[in-house]
Amino acid sequence: MSRIAVINLATLGLLIGGALTAHLTGHAFLVTLATKAAIFALAGVGLNFALGYGGLVSFGHAAFFGIGGYVTGILASHAMSGQPLTTLPYTMNGTNEMLAIWPMVLLVSGLAALAIGALSLRTSGVYFIMVTLAFAQMIYWFAVGWPAYGGEDGLSFYVRNAFPGVQTMQPLSWFLICAGLLLMTLGFTAVVMRARFGLALQAARRNTQRTVAVGIRPFGIRLTAFVLSAMITGLAGSLYADLNRFVSPAMLSWYMSGEIMVFVILGGVGRLVGPVAGAMLFVTMEHLLGGISDYWQVLLGLVLLGVVLWSPGGIVGMLSGRGRGHA
Amino acid sequence: MSRLLEIAGLQAGYGAVQALFDVDLTVDQGEVVALMGRNGMGKTTTIRTLCRLLPIRSGTIRFAGTDLGPLPAHRAARLGLGLVPEGRRCFAPLTVAENLIVAARPGPWDRDRVEALFPRLAERRRQPAATLSGGEQQMLAIGRALMTNPRLLILDEATEGLAPVVRQEIWSAIAALKGQGLSILLVDKSLREIRAVADRAVVLERGCSIWSGRPASLTAEEADRYLGV
Repeated sequence: MSRIAVINLATLGLLIGGALTAHLTGHAFLVTLATKAAIFALAGVGLNFALGYGGLVSFGHAAFFGIGGYVTGILASHAMSGQPLTTLPYTMNGTNEMLAIWPMVLLVSGLAALAIGALSLRTSGVYFIMVTLAFAQMIYWFAVGWPAYGGEDGLSFYVRNAFPGVQTMQPLSWFLICAGLLLMTLGFTAVVMRARFGLALQAARRNTQRTVAVGIRPFGIRLTAFVLSAMITGLAGSLYADLNRFVSPAMLSWYMSGEIMVFVILGGVGRLVGPVAGAMLFVTMEHLLGGISDYWQVLLGLVLLGVVLWSPGGIVGMLSGRGRGHA
Repeated sequence: MSRLLEIAGLQAGYGAVQALFDVDLTVDQGEVVALMGRNGMGKTTTIRTLCRLLPIRSGTIRFAGTDLGPLPAHRAARLGLGLVPEGRRCFAPLTVAENLIVAARPGPWDRDRVEALFPRLAERRRQPAATLSGGEQQMLAIGRALMTNPRLLILDEATEGLAPVVRQEIWSAIAALKGQGLSILLVDKSLREIRAVADRAVVLERGCSIWSGRPASLTAEEADRYLGV
């Protein structure tokens, strides 16, 4: 087994093993903390798809995280109130079934990314960063000014949505759902990045002209990657909404975009389990240091600075030694 | 022999700087044509314009019966232009095998055939391209272009900056490709090798094609005038 495979398994083992241990020793709160890490990791895996593998530095992924959250919250609140979402052209009711919510989340965040990506991918570098940020801020202010779904105060729903055969309010069951989705997405990412599409995406990150010269159009590949990336992050947003049973414009803010980026950079840009390691470290620091001081992010900043300066491959890069961008 | 590539009256350049003023160039099916000239005379510009990486200002490029003028670069590549660009040559983060897979298009060239041409690539299959030597990277770049199953292989300074032994390996590969009937357009400075492999040479001077003929018929005096530094 290669060193990177060991690191991948160890990281995932730490997350899942940690949650199981916490459950067995009766620390339900720590199970929920692990769930939060798994959800943040999923959001990071989504961003890593575009940022790490495709070199598309999106500073607007909170848009998709928030869209996932709002779709979930809106469907759940309509299911709760019994009011249909719309009666035109036909009646559409809310739902509290995760298996119905998730496809909707994937669809809406994918469509949003298609529109945002089609426009922002015409730029690159710092302009791309700014355009993605601008779109996310537009959606943020839209949510703030949308009183039907709580506006600035956000939207609560009191019962976590349902999954067939599972008591989702039970912390370990809920963790296993989130971890399961995380594992499936990691598997999907690993397969895609070894396929011709993923290879072309990584090739285009390094040299657009050389990619064109072998007959590949980078725009199409990048747009597809951006949409897939947004769908994954949107799904994470849906889970985050269910975790808190609450959505608010904070999920859409540029601050959230920055946090998702921190998971990726801390863990290792373009490393398969990088965002998992990054999200785990983030949540752990938030929990341990956040209890000591409200200014714990000063320390987070120092850690981030250290990683960027001394280990650009993040935690995973540091542990695996010098190596390739993905494995 | 049928005509594969026909460039006529080509003008092109970079921004305000015009680099090509009047380039005529043809390649027939199965022919090996060398594009020669001193540094800065427009060889690479000609190739970049041919591959649609630079806009055409005037003139025409017809390839396999199609006018390349309105086509974007990736479409030109799909028509069968297999470019091996000069300089650093591979997709660094990908392995050798992945570099080949990413370029693959249907046709007689596949990984097995590329690895038979360059056995060193087979040995390094799972290694990141960035860790290859310069010569191996060049072999990989040629292999990658072959994986697109090109109708015309375009080599821009394929042997520049390589050790003599490695240069020889690349030249024998080029000769082998010629033997298999592949049409090749190559830019290079070594007249001796060009004389051995090329059917025809075209000399560029200040953005104009000024001489065309069999490389062997280029006199020492002409070679010195056109190619001497």
